[in-house]
Amino acid sequence: MKLHPFSIRRFAAVVSKEFIQMRRDRVTFGMMVGIPLLQLVLFGFAINSDPKHLPTAVYSADHSVFSRTLVWALRNSSYFDVRRIADNEREIETLLAEGDVQFVVHVPVDFSRRLLRGERPSLLMQADATDPAATGNALAALNALTTTVLDRDLQGLLTDLRAQPGPVSLIMHRHYNPDIITQYNVVPGLMGVVLTMTMVIITGLAITRERERGTMENLLSTPVRPTEVMLGKLVPYILVGYIQVGFILLAARFLFQVPIVGNVALLLAIMLLFIFANLAVGITFSTLARNQLQAVQMAFFFFLPSILLSGFMFPFRGMPVWAQWLGEILPLTHFLRIVRGILLKGNGLALIAPEIWPLALFAAVVLTIGIKRYRETLD
Amino acid sequence: MTAPELVIDVHGVTKSFDGRVVVNAIEMQVARGEIYGFLGPNGSGKTTFLRMLCGLLTPDAGHGHCLGYDFRSGSAEIKKHVGYMTQRFSFYEDLSLEENLDFMSRIYGLPNRKTAVRESLDRLGLAGRRTQLAGELSGGWKQRLALAACLIHQPRLLLLDEPTAGVDPKARREFWEEIHVLAAQGLTFLITTHYMDEAERCHRLAYIAYGDLLTRGSPEEVLRHAGLTTWQVRGPQLHDLAEALRGQPGVEQVVAFGTALHVSGRNAAQLRASLESTLTPAHHSEPIESGLEDVFISLMDQAKDKF
Ligand SMILES: Nc1ncnc2c1ncn2[C@@H]1O[C@H](COP(=O)(O)OP(=O)(O)OP(=O)(O)O)[C@@H](O)[C@H]1O
Ligand SMILES: [Mg+2]
Repeated sequence: MKLHPFSIRRFAAVVSKEFIQMRRDRVTFGMMVGIPLLQLVLFGFAINSDPKHLPTAVYSADHSVFSRTLVWALRNSSYFDVRRIADNEREIETLLAEGDVQFVVHVPVDFSRRLLRGERPSLLMQADATDPAATGNALAALNALTTTVLDRDLQGLLTDLRAQPGPVSLIMHRHYNPDIITQYNVVPGLMGVVLTMTMVIITGLAITRERERGTMENLLSTPVRPTEVMLGKLVPYILVGYIQVGFILLAARFLFQVPIVGNVALLLAIMLLFIFANLAVGITFSTLARNQLQAVQMAFFFFLPSILLSGFMFPFRGMPVWAQWLGEILPLTHFLRIVRGILLKGNGLALIAPEIWPLALFAAVVLTIGIKRYRETLD
Repeated sequence: MTAPELVIDVHGVTKSFDGRVVVNAIEMQVARGEIYGFLGPNGSGKTTFLRMLCGLLTPDAGHGHCLGYDFRSGSAEIKKHVGYMTQRFSFYEDLSLEENLDFMSRIYGLPNRKTAVRESLDRLGLAGRRTQLAGELSGGWKQRLALAACLIHQPRLLLLDEPTAGVDPKARREFWEEIHVLAAQGLTFLITTHYMDEAERCHRLAYIAYGDLLTRGSPEEVLRHAGLTTWQVRGPQLHDLAEALRGQPGVEQVVAFGTALHVSGRNAAQLRASLESTLTPAHHSEPIESGLEDVFISLMDQAKDKF
């Protein structure tokens, strides 16, 4: 077939048509606004992988200054919320079993006596560990709390009884997010998640819809070229992507007070590549899908590994090697590193370069498959 | 120029889907300004043929010209001068009439879009409803919008796939009036239809079944070539009579038309003998002219016998 130059006029016609359709399609429009909003609320406010103020009960069989101090210290820590001072052991069991409390701190009868004798008495902590994530940090917090708090009461002659520190004291500095505020990590990452979700689903839908409604047949019978249709369909959604990102950046800055130390312009520039990679996936899916439902199913097929294996939900280094390999293929993995690198660490282009080329490679490969598969005819 | 200018001149056009031949070595010549009717039973390959003509499907075999361009390699050029009206409504239901027409005129790169769109709306008689969404139109109005959109870039050839399906008789008549006006101005039409009255309004016809071209020519020629004889029978107990006639030598079709039966067959002598032996004196019979419908059904039955 003879080569035909790309026509800006026809391209512009497709773009403006897409904009009108986007405006009219309330569901899609709602999705484009709703997805970032919902994710921000869910991941920003609701989902917290480092939960605090966990309901706690204390059962003290030992009535001494030490046990009172302990309760006071628990009350003051942000991890525990002392709801109940239990009177007997039976009560403890039911509290845990019924899920009224997450922890029960059990001070044994001879706690103060043994403490004063230097026998390192044990303090029993019963935890409802059905959700391990909820308990891990709290246990560590209690551990730290007992040593520092009790030391205050072991004054004067009792100083010798303080727990002896080991020969090396381990000091941990937490970088970038010293207070371990989950939102710092999650909110910038949300940009990648939201873009993946909207870009793949919506381009997938936009093209399969033409086929499903039969309008593709009409379009193909006109002089409009496939590249004009494709690009014309992509441009409005690239804009949508940037609006979503702007929205999340504003929320990150002003709602979640995420310190933005890096170059936002650099981030926005690299984002184009990421958006493109996802649009390429959407286009490729639309060439495979027979109808809109299939396109959405394929989008989820892509979205799930993206969100699970990219390091968004779970720490990347904690995954088995094969999962890490899979994760390395996904654009979201690299984009998360780029976003977090730029926003939280202030990384420049040189430092994020190793994450750019895998993104570019992914986009190139997928787009080639998409274009190869895009049919100019109905065959 | 002695011979009429051929807008469509293709030979041996063939297309199979999954090894099944759907269009089998069809040839077609359509002259400029002609209204060419394309008929055939459901699934006979009409839509497939039209799609090949405008480059939507790649033919497996065939050669020839369409609008002076090679129909296989020149589809990009052909598309600029063809208006293709799809069988199924294929404009944007979520765009208004005006937006749909405007989109088409931009795609075809029309110099003054605004005028083109306004004129098109006026001709449709839809100027007052230009902001209405296409999806809200009734079936018949959708068809008219589709025709208007196909005409907006002033094509030289129109391929209309069942343009009047679901359109009321008055609107259909107006539609055909307009087509004749446009054809007189030099526009060429290739129209598929299942309506016999429409077939009779075409200059020439082609009839295909199961991918094979069975007959073509003007409606009169088609009738003549078929060599079909038809008798009209009136009288009592027509239903029982029809049962008795079916399957007799020479009787190919027995069709009830209200108070009469139409009995036809290609072998006139056999048909006559069968009628004489079956009819009672109470029945009145006379030979009438066969209709296109009788011819097509007869052709289709013959084609089916081959399979
Ligand atoms: N894309 C396709 N893939 C496979 N088979 C197809 C395809 N398009 C059409 N067919 C088959 O080709 C045959 C001819 O179809 P076509 O649509 O051309 O018939 P038609 O003459 O237009 O029928 P109708 O009068 O019902 O519109 C049908 O059997 C149909 O199932
Ligand atoms: Mg058809």
